Amino acid sequence: MLYREAGQFKTTYEADQAMFPIAQDRIGVLVILAIALVIPLAASDFVIASIMIPFLIFALATIGLNILTGYAGQLSLGTGAFMGVGAYACYKLTTIFPDVNIVILVLISGLFSAGIGIVFGLPSLRIKGLYLAVTTLAAQFFLEWCFIRIPWLYNYNNSGAIEVPERTGFGGFVLAGPASPPITRYYVVLGIVIVMTLLVKNIIRGRIGRTWMMIRDMDIAAELIGVRPLAAKLSAFAVSSYICGVAGAMLVFFWLGAAEPSAFAITLSFQILFMAILGGLGSLIGCFFGAAFIWVLPVLLRTGLPSIGIEIGAETVEHVSRMIVGALIIFFLIVEPHGLARLWQILKEKLRVWPFPYA
Amino acid sequence: MRAPEQEAGAGETLLAVDNITLSFGGVRAIRNVSLDIRKGEIRAIIGPNGAGKTSMLNVINGFYHPQEGLISFRGAERRRMKPYEAASQGIARTFQNVALFRGMTTLDNIMAGRTLKMHRNFFWQLVHWGPAAREEVENRRKVEEIIDFLEIQAIRKTPVGRLPYGLQKRVELARALAMEPDLLLLDEPMAGMNLEEKEDMSRFILDVNQQLGTTIALIEHDISVVMDLSDRVVVLDHGEKIADGLPAEVQANQNVIEAYLGVSH
Amino acid sequence: MEFLYNLLIDPFVQMVELPDFFLQVLWEGFVSGVLYALIALGFVLIFKASGVFNFAQGIMVVFAALSLVGLYALGMPAYIALIATIAIMGILAVAVQKTIFHHLVNQPDIILLMATIGLTYFLIGFGEFVFGGDPKVMITEELGLPTGSTAFDVLGGLVILQHIDIAAAVIAIIMVTALAIFFNKTRIGRALRAVADDHQAALSVGISLDQIWIIVWFAAGIVALATGIMWGARSDVSFALEIIAFKALPVLILGGFTSIPGAIVGGLIIGIGEKIGEIYWGPLVGGGIESWLAYVIALIFLLFRPQGLFGEKIIERV
Repeated sequence: MLYREAGQFKTTYEADQAMFPIAQDRIGVLVILAIALVIPLAASDFVIASIMIPFLIFALATIGLNILTGYAGQLSLGTGAFMGVGAYACYKLTTIFPDVNIVILVLISGLFSAGIGIVFGLPSLRIKGLYLAVTTLAAQFFLEWCFIRIPWLYNYNNSGAIEVPERTGFGGFVLAGPASPPITRYYVVLGIVIVMTLLVKNIIRGRIGRTWMMIRDMDIAAELIGVRPLAAKLSAFAVSSYICGVAGAMLVFFWLGAAEPSAFAITLSFQILFMAILGGLGSLIGCFFGAAFIWVLPVLLRTGLPSIGIEIGAETVEHVSRMIVGALIIFFLIVEPHGLARLWQILKEKLRVWPFPYA
Repeated sequence: MRAPEQEAGAGETLLAVDNITLSFGGVRAIRNVSLDIRKGEIRAIIGPNGAGKTSMLNVINGFYHPQEGLISFRGAERRRMKPYEAASQGIARTFQNVALFRGMTTLDNIMAGRTLKMHRNFFWQLVHWGPAAREEVENRRKVEEIIDFLEIQAIRKTPVGRLPYGLQKRVELARALAMEPDLLLLDEPMAGMNLEEKEDMSRFILDVNQQLGTTIALIEHDISVVMDLSDRVVVLDHGEKIADGLPAEVQANQNVIEAYLGVSH
Repeated sequence: MEFLYNLLIDPFVQMVELPDFFLQVLWEGFVSGVLYALIALGFVLIFKASGVFNFAQGIMVVFAALSLVGLYALGMPAYIALIATIAIMGILAVAVQKTIFHHLVNQPDIILLMATIGLTYFLIGFGEFVFGGDPKVMITEELGLPTGSTAFDVLGGLVILQHIDIAAAVIAIIMVTALAIFFNKTRIGRALRAVADDHQAALSVGISLDQIWIIVWFAAGIVALATGIMWGARSDVSFALEIIAFKALPVLILGGFTSIPGAIVGGLIIGIGEKIGEIYWGPLVGGGIESWLAYVIALIFLLFRPQGLFGEKIIERV
């Protein structure tokens, strides 16, 4: 009843190709944006700092991976390292240019990540599928090694970690550093994530996004239609790594505040990969679903279980949530290999014909 | 269906394949074959299974590179051309086993065929506004013309994976047409179709040839379809050319009859 | 200039000047190569029969070793614990097949791979939940495996061989031979190869997919147990082993995903290559290059031979 597009006629191709062609979707998006904007007024600092900020950052990283794996079909196990490149680049940039607004530096640091991504993407021209996973593993372990062995990257700190200095901007707001209030960081992260998601959506629905999907679905046919595999694959690597790099820089500067090389270990790569799978490969909304699920579920278990009378240690929660995530991944692959995004789509299709079972 | 005299004026050679030899390791898929395709004609390539027909198409659009021989397109000789270069020169094709982009809708598949017609760079694409959006709509208009032409309006927004086989073949033809090719290579466009679907597809092929003036090279097993549609026929067997000429001549050729029916030694 | 000397000449000078040390390095590389090969063997078994790239092989190694140590700690005699662990791996094989892969027949490779990653996560969580996260000591002596070492007097120096390493090599050879005989000479082996070629065709001649896949998962489980014991005896049993399982990937790239001899040769190349690289070239860049050298070796190799060492040249068709 509520979700029905009857009567919404398109008279131009522009209208038909709009980002949200259905009015209810437009309203829904506006409502979600409104909620995202007012959440800080209602929620505690804990919710903002430990749930909302990391959720948004992980969602962005998942979008980055999804471009490469979900849209361009190139499996990557090196997301964590590409995020690390962004974080270390941002750290060096803010050391060298302490007066430049940190948000600008975060956005620039993605470029370094994109460059490294292109270098490690080069083998994808000859190597496909699982074999490519080895390339990205090489990137993961090599870059991790660099983060440890090149002291210049962490300014020769004794701890070997990068620590975020205090940075202000936009007229005196403390954007990063220990003194930065979560609410400020939340709005910065929210802004970056929204803008980047919109830009990615634009890319995906245009020519470049189509060439990625062509390479994914049938690379030979794509080439016979005129797609240059080199340009298509490397552009996917570049855009994907750029986004992952920005997410990595945000991870350290707007959430953790300090990070050791192990923060960007292969476990991070897998975490992002799980978010992408569970949310749905080749779907942007799925990235948010996946990130919410994998990030928020353990937090809920941690805070929710004691409140219903089950007292368990933090470690046990960690183990149990890992088991649940693993089992859920298998469950989703069996019942719906296209992830939460597909379930969402099915729900919308059902709603369109409701109360009838089919139309 | 068509009298051979009808296109006699066209004459000009669009693509010439000269003494091509292609081998994989020790296996010779094509041996010393020459053939030409004239502007505006429908040229059929027939032969038993394993005769080298598909390999010939692969050579023409640059997917395989022959060890010996020359290929010239529009009079210009070419060497070791990449498939995407062949595409940009105006050669499009369909595939024996449907090679659609299964994760995309019909509309997106046909839009994919417009890739080479779209030029707005990355940064315009990012904002998807102004020139980039205009370009998208202009190409959409062209795609809609093709959708109308092939009568697939109803499945515009359907993911191609859900379509029945016959329609998938039609979408593939639409995608090739979206490239506005000079030379269209069709690899068994009617394989696995029932009679009605074959008749539809034959009609579309003739329409493409006559209304759009596209030159067509066609591989097909159904001899009656080949005889009705094509202007000239070349016959391959075991990688060699055994006959070349008007449909009636080829049909009467003793070598061809032996290749298809077998001969006792 | 000096860097070039250190890069291109000095390592070889060192090898020639201290041949006994070089032999020692070769042996160390050989032993870790054998263990890589064993992990890779587990991958190959499953990939050959079902096309599943089993990411969980590494965690199966840890899981098997933890079960063995855990059961022993509960008071079971070592050999009973060993048999019980084999039984556990059997149950795991049945459970994995019945609950996961039975429902995923004919899915694309990537989906199957992801399912094994999910399984990996589940087993890590489950293992930590049951056994706790702390490292444990392998019950090497209790199982009757040799300890101690022998020093050989060769090339003007001493080369020290750990007995457990020798045992590992011998056991690996026995296992590979046994598996080779099993797959080439028995009825089940033939059925397995039939399944590997074509699932539907195998079903149509009356081969049970479930049965075959349970068998290969079980075989991979036993290989995992052997790997776990050997590896556990050299260091200790912990989830850190899991990272080492990633090394199987470059091994498989070198050897091919379906070749048992390939897994062995690939394992040895990677094991010896990275040890020599670490000892002789590692100091040039500050050491620790073992963590990524294997992948880079595989990567360079792939660029020249995308089909692997034993694979056939790929002809793409349309």
